[in-house]
Amino acid sequence: MGEVNGPTTTRVFEGSEQGFATTRLDALLGWARKYSLFMYPFVTACCGMEFFSMTSPRYDIARFGAEAPRFSPRQSDLLWVVGTISQRQAPVLKRIYEQMLDPKWVLAFGTCASCGGFYDNYTTLAGIDKIIPCDVYIPGCPPRPEAVFDGLMLLQDKIARGDRTPGIVKPRNDPGGLVQLGHKTGTKAPA
Amino acid sequence: MEPIDQELEEGELELPSQPMSLNMGPSHPAMHGTIRVVMELSGETILKADVQIGYLHRGFEKMCERGSWSQVFPYVDRCNYASPMLNNVGFALAVEKLLGVTVPERCQYYRVVLGELARIADHLTCNGAMAMELGAFTPLLWFIKGREMIYDIMEEETGARLTHSFGRVGGMAQPPSSNFKAMVGAVLPPILSILGEAETLLLQNRIFIDRLQGVGKISAADAIALGWTGPCLRSTGVAYDVRKAHPYLVYDRLSFDVPVGQEGDNWDRFMVRLEEIRQSVRIIQQALEQMPDSGPINVDDPRIVLPPKDEVYSTIEGTIQHFKIVMEGIKVPAGEAYGYTEGGNGELGFYLVSDGSGTPYRVRIRPPCFAITQALGGLITGVMIPDVVPTFGSLNMIGGECDH
Amino acid sequence: MSQKLLDILKAQFGSDILETKSEHGDDTAVVLPGSWLKIARFLRDDSRCDMQMMVDLCGVDYPSREPRFEVVMHLHSINLRHRLRLKTRVGDAEGDGAELDSVVSVWSGANWFERETFDMMGVVFVGHPDLRRILMYPEFVGHPLRKDYPADKAQPLVPFREGYEKLPPFDRFEGMSFGRQVFRSGKAD
Repeated sequence: MGEVNGPTTTRVFEGSEQGFATTRLDALLGWARKYSLFMYPFVTACCGMEFFSMTSPRYDIARFGAEAPRFSPRQSDLLWVVGTISQRQAPVLKRIYEQMLDPKWVLAFGTCASCGGFYDNYTTLAGIDKIIPCDVYIPGCPPRPEAVFDGLMLLQDKIARGDRTPGIVKPRNDPGGLVQLGHKTGTKAPA
Repeated sequence: MEPIDQELEEGELELPSQPMSLNMGPSHPAMHGTIRVVMELSGETILKADVQIGYLHRGFEKMCERGSWSQVFPYVDRCNYASPMLNNVGFALAVEKLLGVTVPERCQYYRVVLGELARIADHLTCNGAMAMELGAFTPLLWFIKGREMIYDIMEEETGARLTHSFGRVGGMAQPPSSNFKAMVGAVLPPILSILGEAETLLLQNRIFIDRLQGVGKISAADAIALGWTGPCLRSTGVAYDVRKAHPYLVYDRLSFDVPVGQEGDNWDRFMVRLEEIRQSVRIIQQALEQMPDSGPINVDDPRIVLPPKDEVYSTIEGTIQHFKIVMEGIKVPAGEAYGYTEGGNGELGFYLVSDGSGTPYRVRIRPPCFAITQALGGLITGVMIPDVVPTFGSLNMIGGECDH
Repeated sequence: MSQKLLDILKAQFGSDILETKSEHGDDTAVVLPGSWLKIARFLRDDSRCDMQMMVDLCGVDYPSREPRFEVVMHLHSINLRHRLRLKTRVGDAEGDGAELDSVVSVWSGANWFERETFDMMGVVFVGHPDLRRILMYPEFVGHPLRKDYPADKAQPLVPFREGYEKLPPFDRFEGMSFGRQVFRSGKAD
């Protein structure tokens, strides 16, 4: 249901077999789709604050062509799941996803949407991929707007290639090994 | 509806006249924080409204019972995520009340300044979102611009923009950075000018005024009986502010006014929040002047505060102290306490029960917007659907806090 | 802090007050469950107490004690600026029989707080206009904040998907297909 494995629809022009015309058409469709995503912001929690920041002038999402929110699932093609999804909210999310029309993509914004975060308890859904398929996972609690744009660009890349395998946004800078001894910890003032 | 081919006499045609049941939320652009309002409508007028919360219940109180006292700070951050520093400070003060310690003066000023910055961010978000939902999109973007400046300061001080978990029992995680006062002082005039610009756009606008004035009215007696606190209570005329009534930290040394409304409608709630931003700026300016430039940030008590890292690796006392605090948690003596501060929405209280071990026995958060949201059903009964949007927006229900 | 509030209560209700204490700046009075409502009404109406606002109502689970649950109510007077914590103990070792009068008739704000205590602890409030679950969904079985409810026992409403695997953690060379960033530390990817 809505899970497309492989490239998007192909149409063969007269006289030519699978080849130049179809791949150029796919590329055209992919280009058009990726730069005109209508989002459905399914905003629940703290990540919503970073979602606000992301849509604001400083970290402008409009330059990606993805700033148009459509508050009806029937009119949108990118489902932004922003924030923690509780077990009570899960049927609602599933229903919204099912109401969206193909082709549709899902972005898990934040750790709670990707895997439940540190709320491993009786009430939190441990990741939206337990109920709906997800295309890009953006870790972070909440992720910086720049990380979200990495995820959006990753998704746009996938849309252009027609790739439906899920992807995770990886950190740009691996901070391992940077904490040194004697680093300022500040619990005691200098005597 | 009756079938068309049924034989009816003239004048006997009946139209269905049952109230219509409509569901607003839990996924709705104006229901920020996911809330579901099941309404019975007659035309566009709401006859009955059932407000259902719990769509963001994340088990905060159960999670707190698992770790140590310091491990509560990330959870408490995400309760009122529009002003996380106020939550951190509130919880830290409640634990310190149970411990019976007072943080040094420099830390108190530090907490006040960061807390008031968070309060400004909260009010900017609330008012901006409310204006946006009424169609005024530009003031929201300006307010978010102001909020970004505050997030920059938070990032410089704590390392994270939003949920920084910076508070610690007995102090803060790090001392202020070297240009803290200059940074904060530089951010205040732009915020005030943003406020002024947005006011020129909004406060004279006939549509904005008509949609807010006279809508969502509540009397002071009703508000008090419902347990309202904070800007929503002050908009009804009751000048109750925890910072003035039961001063904590250094609020008794700072002079500021408490804005109070008259009617208790949406307009007053909006204006009270706007004015509170100005008062917070005043508080920050005074606190920056009075704040000592040097001095300890954390309490000098090895049972509560982690030692500096180089001591942990070089001295045996540091290792033991670190080990005991991290592995076993801070040993808060058995007992209970209710610590309350002025959060972004009102009286944010923490009722803590300790059994003497390092793990909390019970952490109860008293969310200010829980009491405020229970009035929503009554406030929107009898008004039309479009009036629900500014009413709900002016209550500033933060889902993480209301559903804890 | 305001010992006189506890003295007023003791003078008025005598044996209904089981114990009182003042510690950490808070005053606490433990009362019999049967007199919960009338003490609440007295605290609101008496001019020396004037507890116009009910700040909080919650439950605490002490499974090692009998009665098991402690219902804790925090009251506040805006005019007289004093606070009180009122506690009572209900419920048997299994968690049944935890019934208490509802104070919604005294403070209308107790409505949702009592619903939450019912939802989380299972304390039934007699006389509440609409006692149903508030934070959990109606199909949920059990009371999550009790000590014997395991924290990670979920009761999902939607069946989970089958046939997919959670992604393994990426290693350094997979992930985004566009550009590899050169790290500031000078190490090449």
